[in-house]
Amino acid sequence: MDNLIQFAYVVSAALFILGLKKLGSPATARRGNMISAIGMLVAVVAALLDQGIVEYQWIVAGILVGGAVGVAAARLVKMTSMPEMVALFNGFGGMASLLVGWAALSGGASTFTLVTIVLSILIGGMTFTGSLIAYGKLSETIGSGAVLFPGQQVVNSLIVAGIVGSAVMFCIEPSNHLWLYIVVALSLWFGIMAVIPIGGADMPVVISLLNSYSGLAACAAGFAVNNNILIVAGSLVGASGIILTQIMCKAMNRSLSNVLFSGFGSGKVETA
Amino acid sequence: MIAAFLTFILMLSIFLGFELINKVPATLHTPLMSGANAISGITLVGAVSLAGTGQQDLANWLGAGAVALATINVVGGYLVTDRMLAMFKKKGS
Repeated sequence: MDNLIQFAYVVSAALFILGLKKLGSPATARRGNMISAIGMLVAVVAALLDQGIVEYQWIVAGILVGGAVGVAAARLVKMTSMPEMVALFNGFGGMASLLVGWAALSGGASTFTLVTIVLSILIGGMTFTGSLIAYGKLSETIGSGAVLFPGQQVVNSLIVAGIVGSAVMFCIEPSNHLWLYIVVALSLWFGIMAVIPIGGADMPVVISLLNSYSGLAACAAGFAVNNNILIVAGSLVGASGIILTQIMCKAMNRSLSNVLFSGFGSGKVETA
Repeated sequence: MIAAFLTFILMLSIFLGFELINKVPATLHTPLMSGANAISGITLVGAVSLAGTGQQDLANWLGAGAVALATINVVGGYLVTDRMLAMFKKKGS
């Protein structure tokens, strides 16, 4: 059975790759999206055959709730509001990776697994809050302008230092859950801080970047729970997301590092 | 050993991701981003096995929450992408 599941994952990875390829050309894009969706279906059905699963009620409940919300949101959203909807969906994906990383902790983990857990929490958490801010800015529930304040670079540098410190302590002392909570809190905070200094016009680039991050978060979660398809599909999205971000930056005459590090000062020149 | 094997997979799919996205027309940037975003909901596959352990512990609840959130990402992502692309087709013809 396990072999069957692994081969099904190979099939779904192939469908993802084919789907992405077809998404890149106008004539085949819609079919490409369909192929990728079939790949997802194959992967989920295969995962449900896992012998570690003894009860299905929580899985079914989660899928029903999530599916209903997803269908409603996708159907009701106005055509003009689609980019922020993508940001919101992306944020949920990041949060899911955070939760998967966290849940993987309970199994008792090696140092390598701990590092991947901390990465999935970190990237997933900042993807979540970053996407929420991007959603807020695009839908104009919060101001769409760049938020800059004195000492921003210092604050951001301190958060990064805090994240590195608590992540290292978490890996050394995984039984002390205080470090876990600090990593979660700081990663959520960092997502906010990373996106608020970026102005409205740059938002599509930021969403593309956050999309890349959510792929990397899924990839890290895949390492944490030892799942090949998470690693393959996650890194595929991570890599294609970052290159797409680069292309979009070029089209807007901006440099990637400018958008990436605007909270650290380099974006100030452009935001005027 | 497993770590090395998995990192090997990671390296190959990163190169593949780069290759796939080159030379995409600008009109397809947003649908492509949205389509890739739906794929990142693959976390669902990892969440499913955590939500079904049958032990009513924290990991189980976290897994169930992850299933719900990842499903929103997957279902919503594919549907929104399809709506965008359907609009393209009408414009073109």
